[in-house]
Amino acid sequence: MKLAIASGKGGTGKSMVAANLAFTLSQTEPVTLVDCDVEEPNLHLFFPAAATTTEVTVPVPVVDDFSCKYCGKCEDFCQFGALTVLESRVLFFPELCHSCGGCTLVCPKGAIHEEPKRIGTVSISTPLPQLKLISGMLDTGIPHAVPIIRTAKKLAVGYPLVICDTAPGTSCPVVETLDGCDACILVTESTPFGLHDLRLAVDVAARLGVPIGIVINRSDGKDQATLAFCTDHDLEVMMTIPFEREIAAIQSRGDLLCRVRPEWQKAFAALFIKCSALSGGD
Amino acid sequence: MKLCFTAKGATLDTLSEDRFGRAPYFIIVESENGSFEAIQNPYADGAGGVGPKAAQVLIAHDVKALISGQVGGNAREVIIGAGIAMYTYNAGGSVKDAFDQFTKNTLVRS
Repeated sequence: MKLAIASGKGGTGKSMVAANLAFTLSQTEPVTLVDCDVEEPNLHLFFPAAATTTEVTVPVPVVDDFSCKYCGKCEDFCQFGALTVLESRVLFFPELCHSCGGCTLVCPKGAIHEEPKRIGTVSISTPLPQLKLISGMLDTGIPHAVPIIRTAKKLAVGYPLVICDTAPGTSCPVVETLDGCDACILVTESTPFGLHDLRLAVDVAARLGVPIGIVINRSDGKDQATLAFCTDHDLEVMMTIPFEREIAAIQSRGDLLCRVRPEWQKAFAALFIKCSALSGGD
Repeated sequence: MKLCFTAKGATLDTLSEDRFGRAPYFIIVESENGSFEAIQNPYADGAGGVGPKAAQVLIAHDVKALISGQVGGNAREVIIGAGIAMYTYNAGGSVKDAFDQFTKNTLVRS
């Protein structure tokens, strides 16, 4: 079972739901929690532990000045503008390169080879006996989150229960995280903005064919618009978390609702059973 | 010599465009006789890397000077590398006005 926690709008409580779900389930079974919000990973704050960190690299082209005849074939091929061939020089913009390797293939002189370039790290830790945490972290200033997410997800392959916390929004990092998941929880809040972005997130998950369940967080009790949207789209609201100062305080301390108020573990365990049903599992 | 102006439309009377890489049109004027050619910028709505790609259009057309409002870092590097001069025009007037100012030598080299 591979479950993603996404939202559309940022700050609705994805990490809160992911951390509490992982904490609760890890009391009874092994859980692998993957922080795929690699631009701002935060799950390690809830689960501090010594981690093993490895670098993530992507291949980027290096042009050999002796063999290059400045024919411009690599420039023509590159859809991202990463290579510009001048009269006697090739300009390369690493932040535009998507590491597709096409330039090395089209060069008639074999003048381009690839070298690894560091873009971030993945860290693995075991903060609880049955909880493994994999955190992707993109280096500052690097625009490509997807290869880090891919690496982090790959490290979780083979584990029976994987929970992926996604980035906010609906762009490439979210698509990469949702891809291949058996179900997803979309966390929303009782605001017009929360509902606006929920619509977008539902659209993305539906296109990817990932079954969707909804969690309403910070509910002020006025969720009619969200509930109506969910009814219209045949989406189940699997859990509602109230707007409470104490919950916010627990979260802000870096603590876990389910640790401080164990009665919540029952609610998160029930949430997981509903997710399993979504995915068609037992 | 060929000059390139970034423009919102395809004629000399259209407004100049401040942005370089995402300019809808490049108006290429032959400074000797005032004749011009309008090129639709194929990268105006591109997802990314439009700066260098647009700069490659200038190189392909043998442009010697670019007159535009803002040129981004990557495009600037390509343009400088190709030996194309850059002048700033952001008065918001027509391409013709930008051309007049260029010929009067009132534009600042950037």
